[in-house]
Amino acid sequence: MIPGTLFYWIAFIFTALTAIFAAVMVITRRNPIHSAMFLILNFLCIAVLYLLLNSQFIAIIQVMVYAGAIMMLVIFVIMLLSVEEEKRTYKIRLSPAKVIGVLLVVILFAQLIYGVAQKVVPGEWGEFTPERIAQIGEIKAVGGLLFTRYLFPFEVASILLLVGIIGAVILSKKER
Amino acid sequence: MELVYFLIEAAVKVVAVFSVLMLVVAYLTLAERKILGHIQVRYGPNRVGPFGLFQPIADGIKVFFKEEVIPAKADKPLFVIAPMISIVAALSLFAVIPFGDKIEIFGRTVTLTIADLDIGLLYIFGIASLGEYGIVLGGWSGYNKYGLIGALRAAAQMISYEVALGLSVMGVLMISGTLNLVEIVHKQAGGHWNVLYQPFAFIFYLVCALAEINRTPFDMPEADAELACGFNIEYSSMKFALFFMGEYAHLIAVCAIATTLFLGGWHGPFLPPSLSWIWFVVKTGILVYFCIWERGTFPRLRYDQIMKLGWKVLLPLALANIFFTGLIMVLV
Repeated sequence: MIPGTLFYWIAFIFTALTAIFAAVMVITRRNPIHSAMFLILNFLCIAVLYLLLNSQFIAIIQVMVYAGAIMMLVIFVIMLLSVEEEKRTYKIRLSPAKVIGVLLVVILFAQLIYGVAQKVVPGEWGEFTPERIAQIGEIKAVGGLLFTRYLFPFEVASILLLVGIIGAVILSKKER
Repeated sequence: MELVYFLIEAAVKVVAVFSVLMLVVAYLTLAERKILGHIQVRYGPNRVGPFGLFQPIADGIKVFFKEEVIPAKADKPLFVIAPMISIVAALSLFAVIPFGDKIEIFGRTVTLTIADLDIGLLYIFGIASLGEYGIVLGGWSGYNKYGLIGALRAAAQMISYEVALGLSVMGVLMISGTLNLVEIVHKQAGGHWNVLYQPFAFIFYLVCALAEINRTPFDMPEADAELACGFNIEYSSMKFALFFMGEYAHLIAVCAIATTLFLGGWHGPFLPPSLSWIWFVVKTGILVYFCIWERGTFPRLRYDQIMKLGWKVLLPLALANIFFTGLIMVLV
């Protein structure tokens, strides 16, 4: 996919709008299963955005891990607990959490708009340009870096996950 | 102009694969009933046409004209979408499967793959994991307790076996050094089929794949005896048929992937490259026959036995397979 072509822009705008629509639907649905389904749609849109940015590998991992595995677990838990539809409450109460949340959102949004309006991409070009990646293959590039230069953080992350799993098992184990 | 040719070529391939697949799916239902009948010493369908050959057509017409019932308390949008997810995911799997070698048509070299992706194998796992939503949502949205139990079982079983399935093909990846399915087939040229180097991985793959497509020893989500058909209990008419078509298409896909990864894809003796796809069809057919045969042979496992087999037997064995493959690759 060549950036800058008409088709590229149509694909990008359509996906981006769908992603925003799905994100809004996630927080406004009253049925948790519907929220979960729209979250999956959102994840799929993000995968398409990754594809538009020339990274097939990240895109497919996004589909496999987030849209496939994690959301399946989320839906499994929702079904197992058989969560009812949320009741509609008509009172709007002001709480400190809401005020702080709204403030943070406004700041974040302002930063985003400022960043986009700058039109300059900060940072330097790395050694892996799209041409180079097309030449050696994306997965080879990612795998090679993960198991050589970034081996230590990679292993630390895996140990962290292992600790998390063991912790979950211990917490859920009943006392004898 | 090249782009137009490319688009026409892709469209023709998609239509060809889709129509052949639908025909095969229709006759696979007949084949399954005939073979099961043979195993159980009875005739199977033999009323419609010679040897019952028109039975799939009769079934299709019947199912199409049946009354469609949507339960009053069902979640209507999800109830309608679920069978679609199921069949779309099953059909999408065929996009990356290489059916044969390059052939020449009207002076153009055509690869017998719809999309030759670099990440073909990951694409298959990604799409397969999305396809599970069809069954899970179908069971949940009908507002039926048997359906819900079927959906929960399907979700748990698929999550468990997906892990072992992914690990079982890792040995093949290590040998081939690529995720591109066409290249994996090319690396197996000259009789160097992966099944010879990865015999255990092949067995693990078959077992996990049977669990992934909810076939008989693992057909917990629809266990007829206890759940009265499980996840598809509230479905009728064409939606019910869509679930079935999706299931059979998924069965063929799983066997085609096994052929590609382990049995040398389209490679085989005697046939010129332009006819090499016949070998692919034959190998896939043998695996499909195996799936029907084992359905007539094995009784259904209990739910806890399935979970135990997945996590405590297949997962460690698949990990051990990766470990020893790596060890041998380093030493040799």
